Amino acid sequence: MNHDAPLLDDGCEVERYELREAVPYRFQPNRRQVVQLLGAGLVIAATARVASTQPPRGGRGGGGRPERFSERFHIGRDGIVTVMTSKVEVGQGSRTQLTQAAAEELRLPVEQIRLVMADTAVCPNDGGTAGSQTTPSTVPRVRSAAAAARELLVGLAAAKLKLERARVTLDHGTFVTELDGPQLTLAQLASDDELIAQLTREPEHQGGTSVTAVAQWEVLGTEMAKVTGKEVVTGAAVFPSDVTRPGMIYVKVLRPPSFAATLQAIDLTPAQALDGVHVVRDGNFVGCTAKSSWQAAKAVDALAATAKWDAPPQPSGESLFALLKSTANTAGGGRSGSRENRWGDSTAAVAQSNKVINTSYTVAYIQHAPMEPRAAVAEWSEGKLTVWTGTQQPSRVREQLAEAFRLRSDQVRVIVPDTGGGFGGKHTGEAALEAARLAQAAGRPVSLRWTREEEFAWAYFRPAGLIEVQAGLDAAGRLHLWDFTNYNSGGSALESPYRSANGRTRFVTSTAPLRQGSYRALASTANTFARESAMDELAALANVNPLEFRLAHLPDGRLKDVLVDAARRFNWREAHSRQQPGRGVGLACGTEKASFVATCAEVEVIENRIRVLSVCTTFECGAVQNPLNLRSQIDGSLVMGLGGALFEAIEFQDGKVKNGRFSQYRVPRMEDLPELDTAVLDRRDLPSVGAGETPIIAIAPAIANAVAHATGTRLRSLPLRFPCERG
Amino acid sequence: MPHALSLKVNGRVVSVGTEPERPLLDVLREDLGLHGTKYGCGEGQCGACTVLIDGRATRSCITSVGDVSGHNVQTIEGLADGDRLHPVQQAFLDKEGLQCGYCVPGQILTALDLLTRKPLPSRPEIVEAMTGNICRCCNYRRILESVEHAAQLMDRAKSAGATP
Repeated sequence: MNHDAPLLDDGCEVERYELREAVPYRFQPNRRQVVQLLGAGLVIAATARVASTQPPRGGRGGGGRPERFSERFHIGRDGIVTVMTSKVEVGQGSRTQLTQAAAEELRLPVEQIRLVMADTAVCPNDGGTAGSQTTPSTVPRVRSAAAAARELLVGLAAAKLKLERARVTLDHGTFVTELDGPQLTLAQLASDDELIAQLTREPEHQGGTSVTAVAQWEVLGTEMAKVTGKEVVTGAAVFPSDVTRPGMIYVKVLRPPSFAATLQAIDLTPAQALDGVHVVRDGNFVGCTAKSSWQAAKAVDALAATAKWDAPPQPSGESLFALLKSTANTAGGGRSGSRENRWGDSTAAVAQSNKVINTSYTVAYIQHAPMEPRAAVAEWSEGKLTVWTGTQQPSRVREQLAEAFRLRSDQVRVIVPDTGGGFGGKHTGEAALEAARLAQAAGRPVSLRWTREEEFAWAYFRPAGLIEVQAGLDAAGRLHLWDFTNYNSGGSALESPYRSANGRTRFVTSTAPLRQGSYRALASTANTFARESAMDELAALANVNPLEFRLAHLPDGRLKDVLVDAARRFNWREAHSRQQPGRGVGLACGTEKASFVATCAEVEVIENRIRVLSVCTTFECGAVQNPLNLRSQIDGSLVMGLGGALFEAIEFQDGKVKNGRFSQYRVPRMEDLPELDTAVLDRRDLPSVGAGETPIIAIAPAIANAVAHATGTRLRSLPLRFPCERG
Repeated sequence: MPHALSLKVNGRVVSVGTEPERPLLDVLREDLGLHGTKYGCGEGQCGACTVLIDGRATRSCITSVGDVSGHNVQTIEGLADGDRLHPVQQAFLDKEGLQCGYCVPGQILTALDLLTRKPLPSRPEIVEAMTGNICRCCNYRRILESVEHAAQLMDRAKSAGATP
């Protein structure tokens, strides 16, 4: 299967969040297509091997294959070092962070570093951009490669300067000696043909290169603004939807009226009759090319008017949670994806418990809705295909294209320009496949840009979920039973950090009514919402302050540290005892992908309308590599999480999305921005881990708990809505 | 049928042969190569396509190109003076008012319209003016700070200009 291309990142979203579906199109073979067999690929000039000091641990396909120096770096004669990685920049800051990482180890000013990201023709495969893996996996890989490269260059410079190697160091792009002796710049070194020849030989210096200790960081750990900031604010930045090619035309695809509908009949002639329009039908796939996207859209309207579809019945939103329960794969095991963890005797613990809660929580399907919908430019040249597209999985999209067009991988090149948002929503390559098929028919480059309505309906969704919690307290008010089952939405953060004598945690797969996949923090948001809501319900049952109840069940450690810090800064005990009509406070905490978050929220509820007034968060992700970007990620996660907490829910009926527009699907806006008080515990003694996802997980339960505190009403569904608001 | 339309874009008069009912957004991007103006929703809900027409922030995705013939259209590409950034652009850089950056041109032009009409707006006035521009990265705190900073920069520039 095409999806089994090795991901080099360990622990990278291995569960069912990754869409493991077949290529959506199997195009007919094109007899005219000239398949050129290529030679052995690019001749790689430099063969110096980079000793990796931090080889990927375990994992699939991680290997520890030494990397050729030239696979990762190119040193220009101007002294600019180009660093290559398959990671993409979707706003999370990877380009800037990896630039810092390379600059740190190469002892170069950041202005002397360029990154080429996510070009399958030239970049080593660091895996897709997912699972918060860039920080814990790619940054160490780039750092150790850069450190080894630095040692190689220093050795060459020392030889050139006719000095002992130990007396030469690389500092801000210049090789310096202890004495006021001769100096050499990287540009001078790179311009020397003799040295370039040496560079291509197997280096004598092997292994043991160490990366810069955190205490010595000069570039990492500092606030660095986005390296592409100027291009962004001047409008010069080229996003996937901005790519143009000579002779390029515009295309649109005919969409079925509902999910899983198949095309029975269509009259192509009315659309073909439009000026400059060419229509392509390949099985169920119908698209058209035109001189402008406006003309292409008119042609698609003409096609839709004549199309006859076979639309099988599809489930509707009203039956969603009953459906997840009735189709649950409770037998588990094998290929179902379901899993279960038991400890103590959870069956006996029900009867032993002094007080028991038996509740269920739900989370809706939501859409990532990145500002830039899916887009692709495709170009064929001599049987080879190049596609520029916004995806978090360039290598996987290349494999999909190869499969759909019966090409070898090396005949397909995928390039991902910095993209207008992902949030886990761009792991697939639909637009790439569609654009490639239409470019093949047109014989010239084409640009496909999905509309917002297409993005809402035909991208995939964050899974909806039903979570059942049965929990009991012993006579002393301690957790005696914790039985927690997630149906459909996923197993991330399934395990509770709170001590309980007996329990069971389960993730049970269901037959999902909608196409579902990854999302920022995945199921952690759902599982943390259910767990942290239930903890408040239990604290109330025990008649204990929710903070004290949590602290009594949490072991000492990083999660407790962030909870204590957030509560202290929020002045929790005083805030919780305050009696103000319509106002309340709540807190929640959780861990995911090895980072830790605690959030306190204050809400105001007026006439059943919830407004979040302030949010106080403490976050910890080990040693902080870019405090400026980290703060953006935390605040962005919190406000995005506020959307899932208060507004966002996909409504669907008979295979159609009913609210697939921004006028119908509310996302957070500036008017929703609460006062944000965010703190980071910079643990320079701990490894750096990713931070773009985890801060989203605690805000929804903090708000739900605050609403319960304000009103006495416990809302157990995301988005949080009072019953009278429904319908 | 295509018409020859005369447009004034970023101070330059350009002629385009196009159907007058096409969205201004499409003409800017596909005919004039001005890609800084972005598509976000096609229904005037998100602000990514914001341009200035005679100085007022306007949604180019729901504005027909035929309706702006003879008016001044300003896009993000027309803001900087050579390498010298406009103060609003500088403010978004200074305050890291960007994550993925896709919404930023629209945010900057919406802010410029506000600051032209109301040089030193209060925070609620900024929120009211900017809330029509969606940032899906939800970078609103920094965008708000960028607009406040832009107001200061523009005010300072004006004072400096007033005192020779």
